[in-house]
Parts: sequence; C-alpha cells; structure tokens
Amino acid sequence: MPHADIAARTGMADAGLHPAPVSIQRSAMSPDPLPAFDPARFSRLGVGGHGGLLGLSYLAHGPDWCELQLPYRADLIGDPDSGVLASGPILTMMDMATSLAVWTRLGSFRPHATLDLRIDYLRPATPGKTVIGHGECYRITRSISFVRGQAHDGDPDDPLAHVAGTFMFTDAA
Amino acid sequence: MLPPYAQTLGIEVAAGDDPILLTMPFGQALTGRPGWLHGGAIGGLLEMAAIVAVRQALAEDGGGQIKPINVTVDYMRGGRDKPTFARGVVTRLGGRVANVEATAWQDDPARPIAAARMNYLIARG
Repeated sequence: MPHADIAARTGMADAGLHPAPVSIQRSAMSPDPLPAFDPARFSRLGVGGHGGLLGLSYLAHGPDWCELQLPYRADLIGDPDSGVLASGPILTMMDMATSLAVWTRLGSFRPHATLDLRIDYLRPATPGKTVIGHGECYRITRSISFVRGQAHDGDPDDPLAHVAGTFMFTDAA
Repeated sequence: MLPPYAQTLGIEVAAGDDPILLTMPFGQALTGRPGWLHGGAIGGLLEMAAIVAVRQALAEDGGGQIKPINVTVDYMRGGRDKPTFARGVVTRLGGRVANVEATAWQDDPARPIAAARMNYLIARG
C-alpha cells in the first residue's frame, strides 16, 4: 500500500474529547510512575470533534489503559421503543479509549489510524445509565498496536460490550 | 424512520430510488483528526446501513425484531470533507441469525473507505 494512502487513513488521532473534571486514578496494583503522556490533559485540550458531539469525557487511566465515559442522552438512542443507546456511540468511545491507551502505554503521542475494530455486544446498555469504556493496549510493535477493552454501565463484572482491535502508526518508522 | 442517533450524525436515506442507501454529511462534529471523519462516526454509519438492510429484508420475509451480536470494522481510507455513502447487503437471512456486510464510500463505491461485517440475532414476528 502506498505510504500516502496509509497516511490518509482515518482514525481518531486528535480525539475531540469534551472537557471534563479531571481525577487521575493511579492503580493500587502498580506503584510505578505513570508514563509521560497524560490522557487527562490530552482530553481536556481536545475540544469539539466527534467526542464533543457525543459528550465523551475522561474518567481515569493507568500505565496501559484509559477509561472514558458516555453519559446517557436521548439523542443517542438507537431503539426508540426501548430507549437503548445505539451501538455507534459505544463503538466510538471504545475506539477513543483504546487509542488513548496506546499513547498512554507508549508514553507519548504518535499519529495512528484505526486498522480494525471488532465489538461483541454482550447485552444492551441500560437506558438512563452512563456507559464507561475501558480501553487497554497490550502490545506495541514498530508499526502496529494491539488493543482490547470492555464497556459497562456501573458494574465492571457485568460488561455490555467487549472489543478487540489494531491501530497502525501513520508516521514513518 | 431512522433512530435519534442517526439524526444526531445527520444520517439520511440518500436521494434516489434505493431505499437502503444511506448518506452522512461531513461536519466538524464528526471529525477525529481535524479535517478527517472519526472512525467511530464511520462505524456508526456502517452499522446503521446494516440495520436498515436487515430491517428491509426482514419486512419482506414476515417481519421481526433484531439485536446486534457483533460488528467488525475494517478501515481502508480516510474520510475526507465530502458526503459519505453506505449500503448494507444481507448475505444470509436465517431463522435466528442474519449475516450482513456493509460498505462505506465517498466518490466511488469501488473504493471503499471502510467496510463492516455484522451478525444480528433475529426474533421472528
């Protein structure tokens, strides 16, 4: 594939995240200092874009993970009869959460594009509840990063979606 | 006919005689990287195209309700500052499961910007 075409791929690169109150939660399991890339600060700076339209905001992060939240809103409903959120906003949140997880694990921002993303919809989101998206980056190679994650609406042990995907770095490496 | 989420993204049935061809305008609120569509918005459009295609196929085959089981999206090209089109094709409409493929493009259907495969659970009416 020509490099220009690779560079033209989509993806979230500069995530348009909604500004939100910040509370960095350090993982109790790992006393190591957090990497230099700060998803909370990155999310605050990124105003507008698709994350802003959906009302996405930063929730927490650790060495190789990042959590975003998607408040329930009537204009994001996919099934008017049940009031259940559409799957699209959850897909978007998981794309962003896993993308931020890559940069968090990497310790710095590096442009990349979503190569593929698979989501299993384990159950419908509960109408009225905020959905939380936990994205994790478990492997980074020279050009590809591998991610996974779950979405839930209050109980992490009762997830509503499971995702797996890959990103490709779009800068020359 | 399209749900509130589709309206929020500006997704509509495209003008013409194809009732399951959808279109989504470009807009700042749909971007990730500035100037480019967010992969999530493209994925949302693909899922909507798949849902519309399954609903139509189901309506012609006795009706029923659908639930998404999973989706896999492949991103092939960046989404530029122009309208995007998407269409779903039901590759199999079974008794309990529908298999759907959806493609999104901008200028040329033969040069997709993204494609998705989806499985839907069907509750026959």
